[in-house]
Amino acid sequence: MDWVALSLSLRLAVMTVLVLLPIGIFAGRALAYHQFRGKGLVEALVALPLVLPPTVLGYYLLVAFGTASPIGQVWHAVFGSQLVFSFEGLLIASVIFNLPFAIQPMQRSFEAIPPEVRDAAACCGMSPPTALAKVELPLAWPGILTAMVLSFAHTLGEFGIVLMVGGSIPGETKTIAIAIYDRVQAFDDVAAGRMSALLLAISLATIGLTYTLSRRVGRRLG
Amino acid sequence: MSVVHGLQVNVSQDGPIPLAASFTCAPGEVLALVGPSGSGKSTILRCIAGTYRPQHGSIRVNGETWFSAPGGVYLPPHRRAVGMVFQSYALFPHMTALGNVMAALGHVPAKDREERARSFLEMVHLAGLEQRRPAELSGGQQQRVALARALAREPKVLLLDEPFSAVDKATRQRLYREIAELRRGLNIPVVLVTHDLDEAVMLADRMAVLHRGRTLQTGTPEDVTNRPASAEVARLVGLRNVFAGEVAARDSSGCLIITWAGLNLETAQRLDLSTGQAISWVIPDGFVILHRRDRPSRGEHENPVPGIIESVLPIGQIAHLTLRPNHDPDLPIHFSVPLHVARRNGVEPGVAATVSLLAEGIHIMPEVVSGKPSAGG
Repeated sequence: MDWVALSLSLRLAVMTVLVLLPIGIFAGRALAYHQFRGKGLVEALVALPLVLPPTVLGYYLLVAFGTASPIGQVWHAVFGSQLVFSFEGLLIASVIFNLPFAIQPMQRSFEAIPPEVRDAAACCGMSPPTALAKVELPLAWPGILTAMVLSFAHTLGEFGIVLMVGGSIPGETKTIAIAIYDRVQAFDDVAAGRMSALLLAISLATIGLTYTLSRRVGRRLG
Repeated sequence: MSVVHGLQVNVSQDGPIPLAASFTCAPGEVLALVGPSGSGKSTILRCIAGTYRPQHGSIRVNGETWFSAPGGVYLPPHRRAVGMVFQSYALFPHMTALGNVMAALGHVPAKDREERARSFLEMVHLAGLEQRRPAELSGGQQQRVALARALAREPKVLLLDEPFSAVDKATRQRLYREIAELRRGLNIPVVLVTHDLDEAVMLADRMAVLHRGRTLQTGTPEDVTNRPASAEVARLVGLRNVFAGEVAARDSSGCLIITWAGLNLETAQRLDLSTGQAISWVIPDGFVILHRRDRPSRGEHENPVPGIIESVLPIGQIAHLTLRPNHDPDLPIHFSVPLHVARRNGVEPGVAATVSLLAEGIHIMPEVVSGKPSAGG
């Protein structure tokens, strides 16, 4: 069992979820409530990682983050390290490829709040931030939870992009999914099997938890 | 504009939802906005609440400007003191009844909110149900929570958007009485949106008839239903006996006599119209009187119109009748009589009958063309 890889994966997944939470709420809410020119394009871009092969996305991110690219150079100038093959680069890539998993469920759950209920919040004298905290977030909660769990589980299991952008540096970018591949390559079927079983259990537990929780919330609101 | 008490609304725009509405509502007054669905009633309510911003016009409450297109003033809804009861109630489903009312008490110190919310729930007869969530309340109870929440805001204007459309008839009757009682203690303008004319007549002091976002006529329910400003208003308030005619003469007392497809009718109206002028006229159901068939008219009745009964439609204890007049069968007259009267008179389709169009019920509208709005007062 590669505990270093496991803890790195968990750290990456938790941080991805934390970064995505405000982004998803902001973007999901904006897409749910506002009509604007180019909304279809934005929605398509958000959904793109769902259909794009991870290696393709990984390739473009690798090019974009590289020391030859403006992004890579700015990063190097500010932080004095390179973005590719680092945990930070991996985190940014992870946030990007999880955008649809975070934004789409949140958008749906904001859309599901009846417009009159939002109007009612305003007519009760709630300012927009108050209405968000007291009415919208509690009602959109099941979707937000789903988004967080999906992003978490998806990050834990992502392989292609991690390999392209992160390489396989132990303790820095070698996640559990890559460790499993590594073990299989080395004919260490026992270790690969154990880690696969663990990943399976964690994924099953998180998904099961979401379903249970969102059903409970649904009953409460029913 | 001088400081005026109550609500002054004057909003207009060409699209996407056409609006041309102008009305006032005094403190303590209930104004009903009536019109068919799609007539812009709810949009006008949303303009007052601030959840919809029209292109032109102004909205003032007690002299305070909430919206003014020329002045560039637009107060967002949470800064307008409005109480709004939504058609679907729009309660917060994740909060209890008490929580819903407390949510509208942001202007009250936090420690006083619960007590205040309890007293509002008591006022709408919901004491004991404070901890229920909306899903655990009946439609009528949800409606009361919505009302308590709207009043808890201590609004300067109370807005009711089709508040009775989703509750059963018995509950509705009870709510009517409660609202009628409640409003006596409220010294604020109340604007009620409804497509139900009877509801407007029962609850409102004045009503504004709307069509395509336009206020066609504003007046007391009696005024609007008996003396519509135009043929269009007459149709919108459910009057079916709307006809074209022209001024024929004036009788000795100065009342107009009109010609209706060759038939002269006496009226009780003294409008300043010249002979030969084309007009529309209307007679509400209640002013059409059926003659007894066993004692044929000897002409002692006003405006006798002989014809053939075309249809008899009993609804409850009332028979709704259609008469095709002999002088022009294409101009059917609709009226109703108690079912037993219809039976006793042997009224059935195909029989000859005569009705009187009571002169006092005939209302003349100087314009003929429908669709042309006229400002009412």
